[in-house]
Amino acid sequence: MSSREPADEAPTGSAPGGTGSAPGGIGSAPEGPTTSSRDRVLARIRAAVAGAPEARITRSYRIASPASAPSSAPSSAPSSAPSSAPSSAPSSASASAGKVIELFAERVADYRAVVHVVDAARAGEVIAGALARRGARRVAVPGGLPQEWARAVRAHPGGEAVPDDPPLSAAELDGLDGVVTGCAAGIAETGTIVLDAGPDQGRRALTLVPDYHLCLVWAGQIVTGVPEAVAALDPARPLTWISGPSATSDIELDRVEGVHGPRTLEVVVLR
Amino acid sequence: MSGTFLGMPAFPRNAAAAVQDSQLRFNLRKATRTIRGKRAAVVGELPDWAALREAGKQIKDHTLRNLDRYLLQLEEAVTRAGGHVHWAADAAEANRIVAGLVEATGETSVVKVKSMATQEIGLNEALAERGITAYETDLAELIVQLGDDWPSHILVPAIHRNRSEIREIFRERMGEWGRPAPEDLSDDPRALAEAARLHLRERFLASEVAISGANFMIAETGTLVVLESEGNGRMCLTLPRTLISVVGIEKLLPAWRDLEVFLQLLPRSSTGERMNPYTSTWTGAVEGQEFHLVLLDNGRTAVLADEVGRQALRCIRCSACLNVCPVYERAGGHAYGSVYPGPIGAILTPQLRASGTVASRDRLPPSATGDLDASLPYASSLCGACFEVCPVAIDIPEVLVHLRARTPHPRAERLGMRAAGWVFDRPVRLARAQRLGGRLRRFLPRRLPGPLSAWTDTRDIPDVPAESFRDWWDRTEGGTR
Repeated sequence: MSSREPADEAPTGSAPGGTGSAPGGIGSAPEGPTTSSRDRVLARIRAAVAGAPEARITRSYRIASPASAPSSAPSSAPSSAPSSAPSSAPSSASASAGKVIELFAERVADYRAVVHVVDAARAGEVIAGALARRGARRVAVPGGLPQEWARAVRAHPGGEAVPDDPPLSAAELDGLDGVVTGCAAGIAETGTIVLDAGPDQGRRALTLVPDYHLCLVWAGQIVTGVPEAVAALDPARPLTWISGPSATSDIELDRVEGVHGPRTLEVVVLR
Repeated sequence: MSGTFLGMPAFPRNAAAAVQDSQLRFNLRKATRTIRGKRAAVVGELPDWAALREAGKQIKDHTLRNLDRYLLQLEEAVTRAGGHVHWAADAAEANRIVAGLVEATGETSVVKVKSMATQEIGLNEALAERGITAYETDLAELIVQLGDDWPSHILVPAIHRNRSEIREIFRERMGEWGRPAPEDLSDDPRALAEAARLHLRERFLASEVAISGANFMIAETGTLVVLESEGNGRMCLTLPRTLISVVGIEKLLPAWRDLEVFLQLLPRSSTGERMNPYTSTWTGAVEGQEFHLVLLDNGRTAVLADEVGRQALRCIRCSACLNVCPVYERAGGHAYGSVYPGPIGAILTPQLRASGTVASRDRLPPSATGDLDASLPYASSLCGACFEVCPVAIDIPEVLVHLRARTPHPRAERLGMRAAGWVFDRPVRLARAQRLGGRLRRFLPRRLPGPLSAWTDTRDIPDVPAESFRDWWDRTEGGTR
């Protein structure tokens, strides 16, 4: 059993005692069909598993050391040695950060998203260039977007940075040409960016309704694999994991990019 | 989906009809072959796949063993985060709760994220009876709904339809449900996806209530997780003011950390991608939404009580077992007569329905599905490919054999088995029977008569040798003479 479950010595207690569920006990919740169903379901579960053996959990898969900051990616080395993938975990610590960025860019591009890897100093220039190429004029900007990025949105001819304050309606969002945001994390192995509705990303609708999403990722935000990302993220925040543009394979399992979410995803990695 | 699976004939008859449909077989072959290749490639990329699979199995087993405790923990966490938790013992109760919640908002329509649980309980039909229209928003579900059809695959419910069939459905039916398909709609998947986008766009922007399922629920934090591809899930989870999620009690994971395992296992097993395009997580009521969680039993606790069968509750609905199954590839999903087709359906459906609680498909007595359910454990060659690919190591063949032993056997079979038992009980009887068989072997028909013909319909009677091995051994003294 992993150490994260201190309550395990009382596996299927007969009463909902040790788990802080006191308010749900008999009496306090409003009496009604749902209350009795709750008790019935719980009673059925307890009867069903009574006498069943306890199941242990061993985690021998690759996990980054918990202390590893997002930018120090190579920690997953031990069990990952030979892999058929060209990529897996980088082994040399010094080259690893660069390799993780490279892998991230390659995997994001695999989803047919547009990817740039540039020096942080060029962020504004790249944003303006991307928006101009796209022909995106009215672009949503979250309240906490770095000033330099927001300025770049206005920099190209006709560019307008549209703030989400007061909150834009769904119809207004639908009328915009795109959105520019930061992100909370990037995952190299899966080519994923994660949004947590932070100040530089805005609420979820902002990155959903406009048809074009330009997302900036700091190199230091990119981790190697899923376990490191899960450890770094805050479950209390609404999270959106994005791996490429919206897509469907529902017709003959033929992949088509672009259905309801943004049909074009452009990712800029800032070194 | 106005059709009902009830009253369907047993699997052999459904399958016999399905394999005559060459279009269906072509569609299925193409699709399952594609996805098998994709899955194998991305699973092969991970050096620690076996360890992830083992951890996934163990986490699920541990959760099921302590399900009561973790459900209470989840309830507390969701409530603390501003959500409301409801408990539904069966389908009827879940439908009642959801309809009541929708009515309380004053709305008469809802948008839906693809959800197996709501199909299982027949939610759309139940809502329709109360005057509420449920709009499916997943592309494949939309195809099924517009075509008044049944889903035939867990991940790709319209896998039995090819592009030109889909174009016809869109052209003929979209207008009845909302914005019609363009006149000049082609059968290019891009054009079809675009038609679906336009058809659903205004509905997303205007809807006030959404209904979803969930792939995972985290007891520790009260977080719900939905994996999807198209963005219809994000639309439904984000834009409407009220969100109602109907989730089977077995979808629970103890800790936030456990996602590190399942967010690797599920996308690679399911769509054959390193990661699906969108995964949304939310904890309680977020961004000003009202959030209701309906916890669904509907037969799951009965499955949990079966020591062998309970492993079916580990299922994360990836559908990898369908894609590798030689029986599914030929018979298709409809033959299984349930929203859960394929190998996992063959073990899940009879167990869930045995408890008598499944569905709005409950308007007929359970006996109406009896024949079908009794036949499902036989809808397999026991080749074991399903077990091999299962990301949570459900030993489907083991459960199939277990269920076969439990289902009632026909009289002819029981008599035959008793006779065989009598013969095999004494060596003398066996020797006599063998000699008799050897002497009469020329008179044996190619096909057996009466109830025994079921066996020879699909098999040749083996040749009976003129002499048994033991007689040969005696005669030749072990081959020395």
